Amino acid sequence: MDFASFLQQLGQQLINGISLGSIYALIALGYTMIYGIIRLINFAHGDIYMLGAYFGYFATAILKMSFIPSLIIAMVLAAITGMVIERAAYRPLRSAPRIAVLITAIGVSLFLEYGSMLLVTPQPRTFPAVFPAEIYNVGGLVLNSQQIVILAVSLILMLVLNYVVHYTKSGKAMRAVSYDTDAAKLMGIDVDKVISFTFAVGSALAAAAGVLVGIYYNSIDPLMGIMPGLKAFVAAVLGGIGIIPGAMLGGVLMGVIEALVSGFFSSTFRDAAAFGILILILLFRPSGLLGKNVREKV
Amino acid sequence: MNAVRKRDLLSLLGCVALYAVIQGLIMVDILGPFWQLNIVLICINIILAVSLNLINGFTGQFSIGHAGFMAVGAYLGAVMTVKLHLPFIVAIIAAAAAAGLLGFIIGLPTLRLSGDYLAIATLGLGEIIRITILNISYVGGASGFMGIPRYTTFTWAFFLMILTIFVIKNLINSSHGRACISVRENEIAAEAMGVDTTRYKVMAFTIGAAFAGIAGSLFSHYFYIAHPASFTFMRSFDILTMVVLGGLGSITGSITGALLLTFISAVLASYPEWRMVIYSLMLIVLMLYRPQGLLGNHEISLAIFKRLMGGVKSGNAQNK
Repeated sequence: MDFASFLQQLGQQLINGISLGSIYALIALGYTMIYGIIRLINFAHGDIYMLGAYFGYFATAILKMSFIPSLIIAMVLAAITGMVIERAAYRPLRSAPRIAVLITAIGVSLFLEYGSMLLVTPQPRTFPAVFPAEIYNVGGLVLNSQQIVILAVSLILMLVLNYVVHYTKSGKAMRAVSYDTDAAKLMGIDVDKVISFTFAVGSALAAAAGVLVGIYYNSIDPLMGIMPGLKAFVAAVLGGIGIIPGAMLGGVLMGVIEALVSGFFSSTFRDAAAFGILILILLFRPSGLLGKNVREKV
Repeated sequence: MNAVRKRDLLSLLGCVALYAVIQGLIMVDILGPFWQLNIVLICINIILAVSLNLINGFTGQFSIGHAGFMAVGAYLGAVMTVKLHLPFIVAIIAAAAAAGLLGFIIGLPTLRLSGDYLAIATLGLGEIIRITILNISYVGGASGFMGIPRYTTFTWAFFLMILTIFVIKNLINSSHGRACISVRENEIAAEAMGVDTTRYKVMAFTIGAAFAGIAGSLFSHYFYIAHPASFTFMRSFDILTMVVLGGLGSITGSITGALLLTFISAVLASYPEWRMVIYSLMLIVLMLYRPQGLLGNHEISLAIFKRLMGGVKSGNAQNK
């Protein structure tokens, strides 16, 4: 491989990686916000993403809606699902040992996977093409319309999230609860409401990622959430769990690394590379790339 | 001292009696192949749950990569018997040694992490082990290691299970075990009292991994095949669920958890579509109503039964 074609290959993999990575970033945001607020690794988050993809599928394929309305419907439905799950399964365990909540999250995850398998059959479904698939050629690099949509939608959602977290009252309450739950409670913040709100926002973002993946890969199935869920979680840890910009950075990095490994080595080592990086990060910078090192006090 | 010996002897007799009853039922064909399979599976799951409980429940190190060590044991055991034609017992010992060694190598750096970070790291390591195996064509790669002879019988599984319980129970009741529990209760205080916390964490991790290796080799020699898909993080979650459901820090709890969950999946096997849905709902409901696990950190022992049967009088007498 000469240098010019190497550069071209690199550029191409970067484009693929960034579009995949922004999907990971959207899922990772939910993981990170939920962890930041109740210190729970919400293993059911990947399945919310799957549900989002199905909501989007039903909106576009059955109700014949166009892209934007079906995206919004999927996000709203997923937000409601997220809130219901939090209310039914996690809130009663607020004072229980954290491992019990973790096991409950695993239970919820299995329930969503196999419950939806029962409802919509395990067969993969073809996501309808909502956009004419156009391919643009920019200086030898191939860029298709789906990738542009993914990038645009995830960028807009991240900007909206940033606005909500930093410039609204609910966002302020969220930050307060995640900083110090007890103090926030003393200041008159309804912690349960804030947690519910966080689940809604996180789930809506995951649903958006689900719809985008449906458009990108054209195929959805009830178990599609397991691997991306796990990888998005790795991405959240990579960026520093509990930190919102960290999740965005981690997600994009994760996508790029994956694209580079499958482009230059072998796609079977793609997942191993992701976990390998996770281990290295944990060993050398356990608080993540953007995390602050908190010294343990006795 | 005498009382202890008497109790040990009694439990040993109980085990032999249990073995004789089940083996008898298998011999006279009351238990068909389906239940025989599930009994062996229960024994394997008990080994996994009790060994994970040593790490998670007694030493308090949150590990969710147990399936990785099981995979190492399963594949190494299979290589020993199929490729090197060694006897089964050698394969089991080699599997335990290899998984234990790997646990030691992995444990040394990762056990510096704590809490959720350790959980994530072990989850990642378990997946790395699986993906590495997936890419080794010598052991079958993605299609799995096929043609493994069925050496695992009920006798093997049962006595290795007893061995596991015996070793881990005695370890917990020794000074090493108390050191492990002190690490769980308060790591800083333990360190201040002169407990070498790293050493005990790594020790628990190594021993737990070694027993997972034994369980893995039993597993692959029962199902004729070792397949990477059997050792995903879902399997680690399964084992973790057994431990937490039974009660962290209770050996009899892990046994109960493994028994109960394997039994439930076996009963639900006739409704394949509903199986996982019911299983997951039960898991959620059990956790909501009993977050500390079925037994908490108590053990089932003869004393409890005596107290229950002896009524109030002897119950009061035992309360100091």
